[in-house]
Amino acid sequence: MTSQSQINALRRQAAEMRWRIVCMMGPNKAHHFGGSLSAADIVTALYFYKMRYDAANPKWPDRDRFVMSKGHSVPAQYAALAKLGVFPLEELATLKYLGSRLQGHPAMHYTPGIEACTGALGEGLSFANGVALAARVMERSYRVYCLLGDGELHEGQVWEAAMTSVKQCLGNLVAIIDRNRLKAMDATECGKILEPLAPRWASIGWAVKEVDGHDMAALCDALDWADGQVNQPSMIIAHTVKGKGVSFMAGQAGFHNAPITEEQYRQAVAELELALKEQAQ
Amino acid sequence: MRDSTETRFAYGEALLELGEQRPEVVVLDADLYKSTRTVLFRDAFPDRFFDVGISEADMVSTAAGMAACGLIPYCNSFAMFITGICYMPIRTQIAYPSLPVKLVGSSYGLTQGPDGASHQSLEDIALMRGLPNMTIISPADDIETRQATFALADWPGPAYMRLGRYPTPPIFDADHHFEIGKAKWLRKGSEAVIAATGHMVAKALAAAEDLAHDGVEAGVINVSTIKPLDEALIKDAAARAVLFVTVEEHSIIGGLGSAVAECLAETRPAAPLLRLGVRDCFGESGLADELLEKHGLQPKGIRASVLQRLAPLS
Repeated sequence: MTSQSQINALRRQAAEMRWRIVCMMGPNKAHHFGGSLSAADIVTALYFYKMRYDAANPKWPDRDRFVMSKGHSVPAQYAALAKLGVFPLEELATLKYLGSRLQGHPAMHYTPGIEACTGALGEGLSFANGVALAARVMERSYRVYCLLGDGELHEGQVWEAAMTSVKQCLGNLVAIIDRNRLKAMDATECGKILEPLAPRWASIGWAVKEVDGHDMAALCDALDWADGQVNQPSMIIAHTVKGKGVSFMAGQAGFHNAPITEEQYRQAVAELELALKEQAQ
Repeated sequence: MRDSTETRFAYGEALLELGEQRPEVVVLDADLYKSTRTVLFRDAFPDRFFDVGISEADMVSTAAGMAACGLIPYCNSFAMFITGICYMPIRTQIAYPSLPVKLVGSSYGLTQGPDGASHQSLEDIALMRGLPNMTIISPADDIETRQATFALADWPGPAYMRLGRYPTPPIFDADHHFEIGKAKWLRKGSEAVIAATGHMVAKALAAAEDLAHDGVEAGVINVSTIKPLDEALIKDAAARAVLFVTVEEHSIIGGLGSAVAECLAETRPAAPLLRLGVRDCFGESGLADELLEKHGLQPKGIRASVLQRLAPLS
């Protein structure tokens, strides 16, 4: 259960996350703005509300795990880990530079707090299944959270994994779809048909809940709801906006992985700082 | 003398024993547990056995997640599927972070037999060899398979082990000491030195015996670790040989022959190299022995190839 003050604090945290995401990316270099911004509220709810996590001990064996299957959105995870103190905030500025621990896609052997190597889409849910099964074999009580892109659902391995999760009765697994409706080039309904998405997952045997992925209270409620699913995996379909928080990026596929100009950067930062101020009031 | 046996049988029995000794060992399969012989582990340790169904990529990614949590997963399928279907998740999730997932490819090569080209892995070593952090094991007989199965549990990184469903005669006694990364002389001789792997080790030994009757002194080296290659032993052998020969039940592109060629090309002039294997083509349905004969990989064919190549050198 969440109090209004807790929700307000989480909203501020999410606004700060968005600001950090754009600041670490900066102008004139191609970055995955769109998907990182659409995932920011979800990642905030996980790290700052739901997950049992000790930033001072990111290898704690009983920690809840977060697997970023849509690996290109890892800047959102970097922002959370740095804010928690897993690594220094200043390190965010090294994103994708030669020699940096912050690789362009998640690399568990480079970055403290990163739980899996992803980047090739479609592989993360299977990995999360393995982490969830390891809890059973090793008699540990941690939970596993896996964030999927909606475009990522075009990859066949996701559906293999989805059937394994149900077969193995993985009640300690929660998957979340960042349903921003855009992939790299255009709509997620181009190339393949995803809808009706919720009935598809339900028909496989997942407990499914749909939420507004930018409504912090709804996200927290959905994550609490997933705690109650004991013998089946939970799927939260989070309806989001790609590029959320920056007016000229919102709902545009063009900012999936693209550079922005100095002027666009100043505008984006100004908008996000304004949002942060509004949240602070 | 023990009977000929298939290396997959020795693996299944070793895995069962390993399961008794090591609670962190888990086994994954993709609907082939009777063929891969993980059925023994499955029956003994149902809580540590996971048949994910016919989804090999899902299997290896699941194993990566388990390895990230401290388990030691052995993943099983046919050699062609576990390397071919799973190349990307093996690359991203296992080789890149060097997680200790053991990939076991069963029923490799032409001796897979009647199922034909779709099932006959002739490129599996090539696929795995290009991956950083990947170790490739190709044991020659039952005893070596057993020792390799145990050795992999203590090996800190990922590995691919290639096992056969073709009866192969015993080569080693129980006092054999398999070590990852070490090749071994089985028969001394420097006129022709034959480096062989897997089923081809027994074939090479038989060919060397025949060559002795021809008056050719042929040595045989068992290369049971294809990566990392025992470069010191290979270079030393090639420096003293008249002809260096590789024999493998694999394409001559990307496998043992390629590994040896790469190694020798960077050293001082060594003996000329003859690569025996499948010459850049697919397999086909047939009996194992027929297929080996067709591709010149029975002792008779190996002997003939060596004599032909040796003639202008002597």
